[in-house]
Amino acid sequence: MAHTEQEVLAGLAEIVAEETGLPTDAVALEKSFTDDLDIDSLSMMTIVTHAEDKFGVRIPDEEVKNLTTVGDAVTYITNAQG
Amino acid sequence: MPAPEVVVTGLGATTPLGGDVPSTWTAALAGESGARTLDNDWSERYEIPVTFAATIKVSPAEVLSRPETKRMDPSTQYALVAAREAWADAGSPEVDGDRLGTVVSSGIGGIWTTLDGWDLLRERGARRMLPMTVPMLMPNSPTAYVSLELGARAGAHALVSACASGAEAIGYGVEMIRSGRADVVVAGGTEATIHPMPIAAFAASRTLSLRNDDPQGASRPYDVDRDGFVLGEGAGVVVLESAEHAAARGARVYARLAGVGLSSDAYHITSPDPDGRGQVAAMRRALEEAGATGRDVVHVNAHATSTKVGDLTETRSIRTLLGADADHVQLSATKSMTGHLLGGAGALETIFTIKAVAERLAPPTINVTNPDPELQVPLVRDTPAPLPAGDVVAVNNSFGFGGHNVALVVASV
Repeated sequence: MAHTEQEVLAGLAEIVAEETGLPTDAVALEKSFTDDLDIDSLSMMTIVTHAEDKFGVRIPDEEVKNLTTVGDAVTYITNAQG
Repeated sequence: MPAPEVVVTGLGATTPLGGDVPSTWTAALAGESGARTLDNDWSERYEIPVTFAATIKVSPAEVLSRPETKRMDPSTQYALVAAREAWADAGSPEVDGDRLGTVVSSGIGGIWTTLDGWDLLRERGARRMLPMTVPMLMPNSPTAYVSLELGARAGAHALVSACASGAEAIGYGVEMIRSGRADVVVAGGTEATIHPMPIAAFAASRTLSLRNDDPQGASRPYDVDRDGFVLGEGAGVVVLESAEHAAARGARVYARLAGVGLSSDAYHITSPDPDGRGQVAAMRRALEEAGATGRDVVHVNAHATSTKVGDLTETRSIRTLLGADADHVQLSATKSMTGHLLGGAGALETIFTIKAVAERLAPPTINVTNPDPELQVPLVRDTPAPLPAGDVVAVNNSFGFGGHNVALVVASV
């Protein structure tokens, strides 16, 4: 069953919190992964790997660079669930 | 200009006996064993003949943040815990990062990460491989993370010499200060190999004790019934400093790291040269560097892993080198309590040697019910032995598979 945008945000926030130590409520839709959350490329790829696993989606490497904000990732994952 | 003298100003450890140096030292003086039956099904599942090990007492998960434990192999986690303690114990010295170095070794490296990665690849394919796998498994990861933590830019090194790695790292740290490359060096060793594969591999080499019914009595160096070593894990880290730098900031000094002796056997890949030539050479060089003679040596922390051959070779070497002076040496085999920390062993045992000199107390060797009649040096058994007052030196010996011999001389201040 497909996850709602709300559920994807909550799940992604948990993954980001695990990886960075930030509180889950810091992971808001408008936040930039690099500028606001200080996530480097290795951490970003780790988050993508866990997100693919959690939501059963595929996020190709060439898409990852377009995911600037948390909102971009939530939209991509939600749509990719098909 | 003479080379700078090197002193020890900070100590840190996480071991099977405790989560820091004070608790580890207290447990060692009390003669406690860190060995316990493993709380898992590895033995039945993989038909491993050994069911116990000296596992770490305080999990790093209790001390480090969740992201730290997720992105570091356990071997790096232990090193970081020990390094933070050592640095704080040294008073968090103000030092120019260009004059600060790290030398933190592991004998085996990030083997949990390596093997978990292989399991993951086989079960789920390359898409599930975690991007942090390589920086987690590389054996220089502990020294790299310590250098990142402290902003150490004089060099971050990781020498590898199996069970001598931790002692060799400290020796190299001393060299960095003597050669003028650094004023302060954070040095030590770490290991985290209590995983079924290395246990099975050590068991296959017939070097592990099989005393499953009595884990705490299994590590018994110099006892006639010793049957192999007990695998341990953990880390030890010291802060080394030029005497001048330490004095300028009014630092508390535990001892001088006065001599480093290195040699290699070139005899056999795992067995020590029975003549002890390399061991004698390492100890002799270390004492020469320290300007000490056999008369000055009051204590030796033996490598003594509780194997038939290794233990006696070492005491013969000590007797060969010191002659009649060996009669007044208090010999301690602390692996009887901690198990064998492999790459962490030489560092932890150097810390024990430093504490012994600073507190004039040699830690006990437990489980020696019937001393081997061929033991050639007085052994501290069951309770700590007082060491004499005045200027004294002690030696920590660490030897590794591959024929690596490291002797470090610790001198009182």
